[in-house]
Amino acid sequence: MKIGVPKEIQDGEKRVALTPDVATQIMKLGFDVAMEACAGKAANFDDELYSNIGVEIIEDPQTLWTSSDILIMVRPPKQHPELGFYGIELLKEHQTLISFLYPAQNEEMLKELAARGVTALAMDSIPRISRAQKMDALSSMANIAGYRAIIEAAQHFGRFFTGQITAAGKIPPAKVLVIGAGVAGLSAIGTAKSMGAIVRAFDTRPEVKEQVESMDAEFLMLEFNEEDGSGEGGYAKTMSPEFIKAEMDLFASQAAEVDIIVTTALIPGRPAPELITERMVANMKPGSVIVDLAAEAGGNCKLTEENKVVVKHGVTLIGYTNLPSRLAAQSSQLYATNLRHLLTDLCPEKDGTIDVNMDDEVIRGATVVKEGHITWPPPAPVISRAPKADIGIKADAQVVEEEKKAHPFAFLIPLVVCALALFGLGSVAPAAFIGHLTVFTLSCFIGYMVIWGVSHSLHTPLMSLTNAISSIIVIGAIIQISSDSPLVIALATLSVFIASINIVGGFAVTQRMLRMFRK
Amino acid sequence: MSSGVITASYIGASALFILALAGLSHQETARRGNFYGMLGMGIALVVTIFGVVTDNHEFLIAGVVVGGYIGWVLAKRVEMTHMPELVAMLHSMVGLAAVFVGYANALDHSATMIGIEKTIHDVETYIGILIGAITLSGSIAAYLKLSAKISGRPLQLPGRHLFNLGLLIAAIWLAFLYVDQSAAGGGLSILILMTIIALMFGVHMVIAIGGADMPVVVSMLNSYSGWAAAAMGFMLGNDLLIVVGALVGSSGAILSYIMCKAMNRKFVNVILGGLGSKSTSAGPAGATGDVGDVSQIQPEEAAHLLESAKEVMIIPGYGMAVAQAQHIVYEITKKLRDKGVNVRFGIHPVAGRMPGHMNVLLAEAKVPYDIVYEMDEVNPDFPNVDVSVVIGANDIVNPAAQDVADSPIAGMPVLEPWKGKTTIVLKRGMSAGYAGVDNPLFYKENTRMLFGDAKDSVDEVLKFLNK
Repeated sequence: MKIGVPKEIQDGEKRVALTPDVATQIMKLGFDVAMEACAGKAANFDDELYSNIGVEIIEDPQTLWTSSDILIMVRPPKQHPELGFYGIELLKEHQTLISFLYPAQNEEMLKELAARGVTALAMDSIPRISRAQKMDALSSMANIAGYRAIIEAAQHFGRFFTGQITAAGKIPPAKVLVIGAGVAGLSAIGTAKSMGAIVRAFDTRPEVKEQVESMDAEFLMLEFNEEDGSGEGGYAKTMSPEFIKAEMDLFASQAAEVDIIVTTALIPGRPAPELITERMVANMKPGSVIVDLAAEAGGNCKLTEENKVVVKHGVTLIGYTNLPSRLAAQSSQLYATNLRHLLTDLCPEKDGTIDVNMDDEVIRGATVVKEGHITWPPPAPVISRAPKADIGIKADAQVVEEEKKAHPFAFLIPLVVCALALFGLGSVAPAAFIGHLTVFTLSCFIGYMVIWGVSHSLHTPLMSLTNAISSIIVIGAIIQISSDSPLVIALATLSVFIASINIVGGFAVTQRMLRMFRK
Repeated sequence: MSSGVITASYIGASALFILALAGLSHQETARRGNFYGMLGMGIALVVTIFGVVTDNHEFLIAGVVVGGYIGWVLAKRVEMTHMPELVAMLHSMVGLAAVFVGYANALDHSATMIGIEKTIHDVETYIGILIGAITLSGSIAAYLKLSAKISGRPLQLPGRHLFNLGLLIAAIWLAFLYVDQSAAGGGLSILILMTIIALMFGVHMVIAIGGADMPVVVSMLNSYSGWAAAAMGFMLGNDLLIVVGALVGSSGAILSYIMCKAMNRKFVNVILGGLGSKSTSAGPAGATGDVGDVSQIQPEEAAHLLESAKEVMIIPGYGMAVAQAQHIVYEITKKLRDKGVNVRFGIHPVAGRMPGHMNVLLAEAKVPYDIVYEMDEVNPDFPNVDVSVVIGANDIVNPAAQDVADSPIAGMPVLEPWKGKTTIVLKRGMSAGYAGVDNPLFYKENTRMLFGDAKDSVDEVLKFLNK
């Protein structure tokens, strides 16, 4: 099957759905690949890079749309500014479109796709389960957005991030507050931290505290009785009014103190919550920067303007919504890799044909139109299925026994038993036997003391060495070998023979092993 | 040679054997320990040969030379992965020698004893042969299991506990018969009957135990071989044999205890074949997880992960030994250490098929022992580890042992790679470990599975590291 990659036509969109690296890997799956001329140019991937590895370059976008079996894109289809075609109207049955489609916002488009009888997979509808992480383009893009948010902030911030003591004086480190510790937030934390800033983070979901702290940032706690803000699919849910009030007080006090605020709070399908009020902005130090990653959904700060950088109350507010596109080569690479993983799953036979298997949870979730039928929204996915740790078969011997309280003198019982046994034995046994028993008992204690000291790593040599020395049994055979009875001689000779194997073998192999241990 | 000199030499030999075991407490002194052992053995042999033997020197010399030569060849040829088999085989020889010495003693009527002395002597002979025979057949069964000549799965006959009990009662009853008949100068047929029972018992005991419990079995047989020697010592009235037998016996017993503790199991349960039984019932159904639920990784990405890490922990298991991957693992280790990555090895006490098995394999691959650590030493370090590499291990890295209260392996101490940043698990497929328990580690978010034969996988990784 032929995969076609059109050039992105959205204004300011620099990404491309396929990079040369990934194209090579996709061709290994058996697909043919065609690209619109200059499709990768904005992300610094020239046509030559593609044609060198065997990608067909097609000048006319309409030809590409009609001749490809699978179309992969970053942004949803859109009216072409110059050629005046939309794309979807060119599609016909058996073609497949894979792209960000935002089915919730684009119901009209789903209907058009269905009317053309095509199949469409939305990269943004891939279920957020562990197995699908490698295809999760939203996370890849959020990661880049978080990184880029800090870079943009640094661009507009007038000071170092890291603190320094120089000959010219002391420079305090920048203080960064990240609100919302999702993928983007954590990425921003990591970036700011690696640039040397003091980073604080807030999130309504207490379980991310550990993740924040693992990145060496400070997690801000609310003085508030427990309310868990975890919603479905790794997003946060809307919180109660009391909680929000406490939250706002915290932000107000932090705003006056920090230099940079990055907000990433988004609730799916709803306008972004307002977290930074105008008063807080006014209270910030002049020269401070706010990067609002929720600008597309109205912004976490009402002063933010979508796609613009504005200065209000001496604070720079950055409202770019195309942060991934501002790091086009990186985001194209990650997006293309996500796509490749999806294509790998779609093409289990590696024969260059795709099979939209609706029994596969991930593919089912991503498919929004299947052969002319709208299949969105999918049935609710099972979130991160926990593995069954106990598979039914219980230990037969491991019945938990109630521990009985031991009598304080219980330890005396074995001692008494031993004493009686020894007394009984001593009263009848010959003196020689008792002598041997003494030796035996003391030797057991010596063995006990000595063996505990043996290093764990030397347990195998210990076994081969004890093996060799337990062949001391040979002494018994040697004593018997001078007997007159041929049978005894034969048995003794055999024992000598066998024990000799053991003595030499045991010592030699121990020596060989010990020689191998080296510093 | 006077008996005083002989006894004095035996005291020296005993002391040397104790020093030999004590020497093994540190890597630095271990070789000296082995030397002490050889010296002790040499003294004991020389003194006995020159002081006691009056006739039949030619048989003695022939036995020592031929046997010694065979032992030497065995020791030189054995591969380190096959150490457990060799050790099991050597155990069986101690058992066999004990049986022969016991019989020779029973046949030799030159010593005249009467009354209680005679009874005690007979009981000693009987017990010596009994333990020797159990060691012999048990070790042979263990050898066959370890070398995969018979199935590693526990074979459990119906009513096996009753069967064992029957054998035990028969053995005790025969002991009384033997003492009676021996007083009249006979009893050989009883001894033979008892030997057959003991041989059956040894085999039956070992084949009922699962593959994962082999470290316990091997150390238990080690212990038995010691007790057999001690019993011989009592029979012959020889203190040297008693001392050595007691040393070896307690050594093996302690090793068994350490192994059981490392698996959080009771010794009795292991012997009765408790846990092993599950691998039969879980058997093929052990593949509980779906490959789809885990994140896979390719060797190239694994190589990148390792290169960019600062702290790497390698956790080897029996799978590494089976795949013979230890040499390449060390190549990777060297490569990474040259690049400034701190690579260490974390060893679980029961990794492999006998105590200390992994250490010997790594030593064979020339891994310096000062980067090989025990479980308790490395567990607190995992939060600082960037990448843990689990090679052919399963149950010893199973978080269910800590999290799932009713898991069959609950309470077993395990290595905790999931506390680190990333874990790469090299594994052939999704099958469960010996305990037949699914491993939640594989489904963790920061775990990456690298499927395939361990050797092929590490080969690939090394290739990418060399690029």
